[in-house]
Amino acid sequence: MNRASFILRGAMTAGAVYGATAVGPFVSNAFASGTSDIEILNFALTLEYLETNFYKVKGKAVNLSGEAKALAAEFGAEEQEHVGALTQAIKNGGGKPVAMPKFAFPVTDEKSFLKLAYTLENVGVGAYNGAGPSLTSKALLAAAGSIVQVEARHAAAIALLTGGMITPSGAFDTALTKATVLKAAGPLIK
Amino acid sequence: MADPNSTDAAPMGVVEQLARDDVERKRFLKMAGKSIGSVAAATGLAAFISACGSSSSSSSSSTAAASTTTATAAPSATGDLAIVNYALTLEYLEDQFYDKVVASGLFSGTTLATLKLFGSEEHEHVLALETVANKLGTPAKKPVGKFPLTSAAAVTKLAATVENLGAAAYLGQAPNIQSKEILAAALSIHTIEARHAATFNTLLKLSPTPNGAFGSPASMSTVLAAVKPFIA
Repeated sequence: MNRASFILRGAMTAGAVYGATAVGPFVSNAFASGTSDIEILNFALTLEYLETNFYKVKGKAVNLSGEAKALAAEFGAEEQEHVGALTQAIKNGGGKPVAMPKFAFPVTDEKSFLKLAYTLENVGVGAYNGAGPSLTSKALLAAAGSIVQVEARHAAAIALLTGGMITPSGAFDTALTKATVLKAAGPLIK
Repeated sequence: MADPNSTDAAPMGVVEQLARDDVERKRFLKMAGKSIGSVAAATGLAAFISACGSSSSSSSSSTAAASTTTATAAPSATGDLAIVNYALTLEYLEDQFYDKVVASGLFSGTTLATLKLFGSEEHEHVLALETVANKLGTPAKKPVGKFPLTSAAAVTKLAATVENLGAAAYLGQAPNIQSKEILAAALSIHTIEARHAATFNTLLKLSPTPNGAFGSPASMSTVLAAVKPFIA
């Protein structure tokens, strides 16, 4: 297990967190409190590395065309900006940014590429929404919010291109636990 | 639902705030304007860099940063109920907007189905926020929306404006929310507004990410000024 996947696994704490009772059934999961901001940022950084590599490297490898190619180029550049911002935030917060892991994406053509892109973006939305309430820094929460909004926009754009669901969780995006995020993203990390 | 008899005792809602006398409103906007600048400056990469000190392991420094952020956000100083009622007001308007658009006959097929879907989601946001507002106090009064529905193209543009504004509004308030439960709920709504916004941008052949890699927040005063023309 390399450092990135160690952090992805190690940062997980079991358990749903913020009581569902207070705001009704639409908030089911979140990250466990007690996870430090730096751990959350490194977790996010790993996901952003994954997305960047997926769009920029795998996107080229499968010879995308037309709208898929244009979106992959735009989204890849944006994910790379997220990597840069998170790296800087971790450093300035006194943490050590996780190294970029190696990835293996099981896609062979444009169709399977877009299908995985849709999954990754939706997992990204759930991961940020799950982690958001655990961030102690309000400034980092604002920044994470500005990133998750873009992940959600990516997910919707891919849904429109592929005929997928624009809002796969209905009116409220699901907040994912780290365990769920790992289950989706972990197998893509070598 | 709110006890109708308690309406008189309700705290001033955002719509009432809009209707306050002009001097008061200008002062409010001027005060809010100062915080808009600092909120806007804290967007994107700049936010991360400036946030770094507050993400350190020292809990005292993050507490200080958090209270600074809260103190800067003047328009929402009255707490979670004010934020929830602000969001509820916007959702009431969105809900009515979609109802009228669907009834307008301007759309058909897939686009009509999408508009119906989005309308039903905004309606769910209304119900959820009413529930939260009832737990905290008294929900905002439902505004009466008025929307220029002249052509399909114009409505699509307006829908994009409304949804992008909605996403910016939630993003602007997230750091001001005290309750983690309400924050989690707001985040789960925020990304739905973002998905809606990206959909209309795509229909208009615009980028789904009009602000690039980092979504832009909008302050309460900016948003309220922008929706004022749509309140009858």
